[in-house]
Amino acid sequence: MNILKFLEPFTNDNLVNGIGSRRDSFTQFGNIGKKVALASIPFGLAAISNKSFAADIGPTPNTPTGALQFALILEYLEKEFYILGLQSGVIPTGGRDEKVFMQISAHETDHVTFLANALGANAPVKPTFDFTVGGMFDPFNATINDSTAAYAQFLVLAQAFEDTGVRAYKGQAANLISEPQLLEYALQIHSVEARHASEVRRLRGLKGWITGNERGAGMPVETQGTYNGEQEIMQAGFNTSTSAGLFGPAAGSESFDEPLSTQAVVDIANVFIV
Amino acid sequence: MKNEVKVHEVNPSNFKNRRDFLKISGLAVAGTGLLLAGCNDDDDNGTPDDQQLPGVRNGVFDLGGGDLGILTYAYALEQLEADFYTKVVNATGFAATFNSTEQEVLTDLYKHELIHREFFKAAITGVLVEAGQDPAARLLPNLTFDYGTLNFSDRNSVLATSKALEDTGVAAYNGAGRYIVNPAYLLLAGKIVSVEARHASAIRSLINPNSTDFAGDDVVNITTGLDVARKPSVIIGEVKSLNIIQNNFTANYLS
Repeated sequence: MNILKFLEPFTNDNLVNGIGSRRDSFTQFGNIGKKVALASIPFGLAAISNKSFAADIGPTPNTPTGALQFALILEYLEKEFYILGLQSGVIPTGGRDEKVFMQISAHETDHVTFLANALGANAPVKPTFDFTVGGMFDPFNATINDSTAAYAQFLVLAQAFEDTGVRAYKGQAANLISEPQLLEYALQIHSVEARHASEVRRLRGLKGWITGNERGAGMPVETQGTYNGEQEIMQAGFNTSTSAGLFGPAAGSESFDEPLSTQAVVDIANVFIV
Repeated sequence: MKNEVKVHEVNPSNFKNRRDFLKISGLAVAGTGLLLAGCNDDDDNGTPDDQQLPGVRNGVFDLGGGDLGILTYAYALEQLEADFYTKVVNATGFAATFNSTEQEVLTDLYKHELIHREFFKAAITGVLVEAGQDPAARLLPNLTFDYGTLNFSDRNSVLATSKALEDTGVAAYNGAGRYIVNPAYLLLAGKIVSVEARHASAIRSLINPNSTDFAGDDVVNITTGLDVARKPSVIIGEVKSLNIIQNNFTANYLS
């Protein structure tokens, strides 16, 4: 479909002019999404629709320090999300889910501490997050009074954050190549995010790995930006789908995770930064 | 054209270091450098050379050094993983040994690891050919494997071995990244290591689902939240001690 044509009604008034807040625009898309296929619209669309929102973060520099600052912003987001989730009571207690999210929460808290210590005076301040995106989600059961529905939304966001985190760290690797020890630290966080992502996906009944650019059952279209590009089957000139003896595009795309650019991740993060 | 290998030779008399010797975009070799046709090929005579190419020295295949050494090291590990899962999914009683979820996971891992193996074979071959090297001499041969008494019809044994291999893969890629010079190779390693970590998590979760094992305290440091990273020399020692790989090989140029 013609995305530009689809977007036109939304780009000629309050979105571009900054009249409505991003929360309003995101709510609009939530409503529209029920009748129109939004598959190609990135998660971070709101960030490009209303840059007048003052608290938006910008891309970090393509330097080792910039990469760690960027990582810390993401870890701030994850840390706060899981702490609020555990406090909210939406996570079923006494079983696998609670163990999983307590472990993930502990790791994200460790990552914040580790990166903040590494950056010292260069550590950015924690942004203010709104995980409801202006009321579009209710992952902590603040208003809908339905802990099952809220937990489903919590899981959706957890999957999106972890899969985004994996791609985000991967995209920063080249920025750290001049600092081998920092690169190694980032890789050591990157693989933890991937372990998390796999488990959260499996809690949701999905495979632990990403097939094509599928966001997976139950994931709203607004999360598609996290998965666009994951369908890549050409790796350094090698076709992971159709080369002799191989298994087609599903397995081919699953076997390599793809990076996200700094800007793409910033756009996603900005959806949750107020 | 970003995926096309391009090698532009420059006048060797002008190069200041080996990185200038080869100007390659896309899939590129840098750092330790590649021996080009016309250079003195003396590494079969028992004298370790400074080119650090993969190949036979003193009758034993050495994985080599530099980026090509790291790629060859990864190729060896992926050969092991691919062989293991090939035997798992083809074992008699596979469908009886594992439930449907486990079969799906193990079959996916079989496919992914075989793809990784074939990717490295093609990528290394391409780099060698572009650099005027003979893959027959420089590409790591197909290794042979023997799992001893491992019973491929025993669920717990297979899953435990899988867990060890996937965790080793994560630690290996995490520990090799700092030695990679070319950003394109580093990104490729990053694309693969997160899939290995997803595997490790899933296998750990199959073994002990009602737990924190998917990212357990045995692999993720409880203070820093960092996963394991181990140097190539350490990983190679561990893998050799398993006595699964039947071929003798050396890694004299890897850290």
